[in-house]
Amino acid sequence: MINLEISPGHQNLANMIHGMAKGMIRPLARKYDTLEHEKAVELENLAKMMEKMGGGMGGLGGSKKDKKEGESEPQIKNGTQMLGVIGAMEMCWACTGLTMAIPGMGLGNAAIDAVATDEQKERFGKVFAAMAITEPGCGSDSANISTTARLVGDEWLINGEKIFVTDGGQCTHIVVWATLDKSLGKAAIKSFVVPKDAPGLQVVRLEKKMGIRASDTAAITFTDCRIPKGNILGDPSIAQTAEERKKAFGGVMQTFDNTRPAVGAMANGVARAALDMTREILEKEGVILDYNKRRWNNSALQAEFYLMEAEYEAARLLILKAAWLADNKIPNSKEASMCKAKSGRVGSYITLRCVEICGSLGYGEEYLLEKFARDSKILDIFEGTQQVQQLIVARHQLGLSSRELK
Amino acid sequence: MSEHAELFDLTLTEEQRITRETMRKFAEIQLRAISRAADEAGAAPEGFYKKTTELGLSLIPIPEVVGGAGMPRSPVSNMLNAEDLGKGDMSLALGAVTPLAFINAVIDNGTPAQQEAFLSPFISDDFVPATIALMEPRASFEPTDLHTTAKKEGQTYVLNGVKTMVLLGDVAQQILVIANENGVPGAYVVPAGAQGLSIEKEKFMGLHAVNTSKVTLDNVTVNAINKLGTDDKPFQLQRLLDLSRIGLCAMSLGCAEAMLEYVTAYVNERVAFGEPISHRQSVAFMVANIAIELEAMRMMVYRAAARAERGLDFHREAYLAQVFCAEKTMEIGNNGVQLLGGHGFIREHMVELWYRNLRAVGILEGAACV
Repeated sequence: MINLEISPGHQNLANMIHGMAKGMIRPLARKYDTLEHEKAVELENLAKMMEKMGGGMGGLGGSKKDKKEGESEPQIKNGTQMLGVIGAMEMCWACTGLTMAIPGMGLGNAAIDAVATDEQKERFGKVFAAMAITEPGCGSDSANISTTARLVGDEWLINGEKIFVTDGGQCTHIVVWATLDKSLGKAAIKSFVVPKDAPGLQVVRLEKKMGIRASDTAAITFTDCRIPKGNILGDPSIAQTAEERKKAFGGVMQTFDNTRPAVGAMANGVARAALDMTREILEKEGVILDYNKRRWNNSALQAEFYLMEAEYEAARLLILKAAWLADNKIPNSKEASMCKAKSGRVGSYITLRCVEICGSLGYGEEYLLEKFARDSKILDIFEGTQQVQQLIVARHQLGLSSRELK
Repeated sequence: MSEHAELFDLTLTEEQRITRETMRKFAEIQLRAISRAADEAGAAPEGFYKKTTELGLSLIPIPEVVGGAGMPRSPVSNMLNAEDLGKGDMSLALGAVTPLAFINAVIDNGTPAQQEAFLSPFISDDFVPATIALMEPRASFEPTDLHTTAKKEGQTYVLNGVKTMVLLGDVAQQILVIANENGVPGAYVVPAGAQGLSIEKEKFMGLHAVNTSKVTLDNVTVNAINKLGTDDKPFQLQRLLDLSRIGLCAMSLGCAEAMLEYVTAYVNERVAFGEPISHRQSVAFMVANIAIELEAMRMMVYRAAARAERGLDFHREAYLAQVFCAEKTMEIGNNGVQLLGGHGFIREHMVELWYRNLRAVGILEGAACV
């Protein structure tokens, strides 16, 4: 039966996360934006609390299995994917940078949750794992990475350079994408869990960024970096047939079907933060936002605010849809990209417009609006840029292969 | 409500699924097939409205005591029907559901006696046209600031003013006129042929197939019972507006779906520079964005309708759905024609018709009340 409201159970959790984020994260938002790269010690308590709440969001992708043994499966489910996106919205409403800096919330954790064996989950289930894919010469074309992994005896030898590693500075482990043989293309790309203290791993610098400054972004080199053989995620063999190759890389890429709605949710959270703050400022100045007059019979300011709210709601509902599909085991690759594309651009539009609408208050550091506008931009870039999402949606819609629609 | 019913869910009920199949088939065979001809003729062909009676739209919500099916009022089901019919043709769809909008307004606002009086004419095998007259010809028209007036004189009301975009106005047997009575909006049922009522055909950029009229009321007098509601339970203009916004947005949703299907096929077939134009990102991304905004429109409209059905406040959601659909249908109409290039501008293709019809979103108010 069609219903697009959050279920009461999930809403309770959302309220709880919101209260926590408002009380514990928002007050620190400006401080750690200014301090940049400083470890937010206050977050350690928060991480423990979230752990107690049942593993927090299982990484931002919220990919932990939620069905208990013997539990009968209801027809329709609102599960961990839904909770993951709702949680991400509430957390990023408070501060995107700090949310990303919470131990155990890294994207690497989502990857481990998604593909690790039971034995690996035992070893890596509680670590703080970052994700390293991008290289200086390779961004959106992630199948083109140059970092190599070579099996020598009982160890993998990793060599290469990774950049834009979110939480790379403060994490304990890194999930590294590397190729077993570059000449074999996508099929030879595997991911490896590398502990930060592995010999040959070096954090060479932390990037200075426009936004999400509370979250560190590292450049990391691997020079004959040694890790145990058992740290490879997924199947170590290289697929031989075209069909198998497609499946193998498809498996790696599937992580994105879970993480893209989550990143979309982050963009949606910061957009709502900007809207809430703008509304508060405007109402203090006597602007009434009551949805009464037809859009063009309002002041320009009201008319624009209504459009922003509509765009915000539209993006939000696309995210919820993508999460709902995942919870109900319905393929959602297209919808995941749709919601990421929509939320990413809407996030930038809303946060930037709110800065403009609020004038000097929006542009100044007394309020957080300017910070929201700096933070939101990255959410339309990482985890697949706006353009990559459009490419994916277009291929689905037009029924074209990556060879036909480049 | 059971716990299950409280879950976020996008699946249709069994009944909605079956109805959807019927509606889609009907829309394709009975609406889309004649869409271009009806647009050119500026009217639905003879017998079209009679055919729509097989869908039973008008009879479904009319109370059993009046002779209808007395099915519970379902904004979601009505919204889904509007979407499906809109995919066939927006203006023919509007014509087909205009009596239903009148009926829904009477059910929502009328006393049992009024329902009996104004709904019994619909108990018929024929298509019984009736309509709502809300809009007035001003750029800054505002439904809550009506210039059409109603004045109580003894046991009657006297109506004066000019209404525009009245769907089926020239054939309607009853017109629900929304007027300002001492600063409060009221709804008055005016029978066709009332003294002082004059009806003039209007032409617009789109919506050619549905007869649209300017309705002038010059001291039109109706009985007191013709004013819907009571002092305790007065006419709810906002609810009518919001339900109508959901209905029209749903139709535009259907029309935009038609557009997406059409341009998807076209750009895959059309060859330029040695390959289908769909192989170019500048083309493919426009199609992707139509798909994205269309899906977003759908979520907005579904949510507003679902809230209405559950008895939750849905004013903000309906308002934002209209803001969103007005913006995005403009974009989709514009880009749909653009994707066909010069061919899109030729009336041989459907896209220019959809471009014109889609622009009605954000303009037309008080029609297609679900």
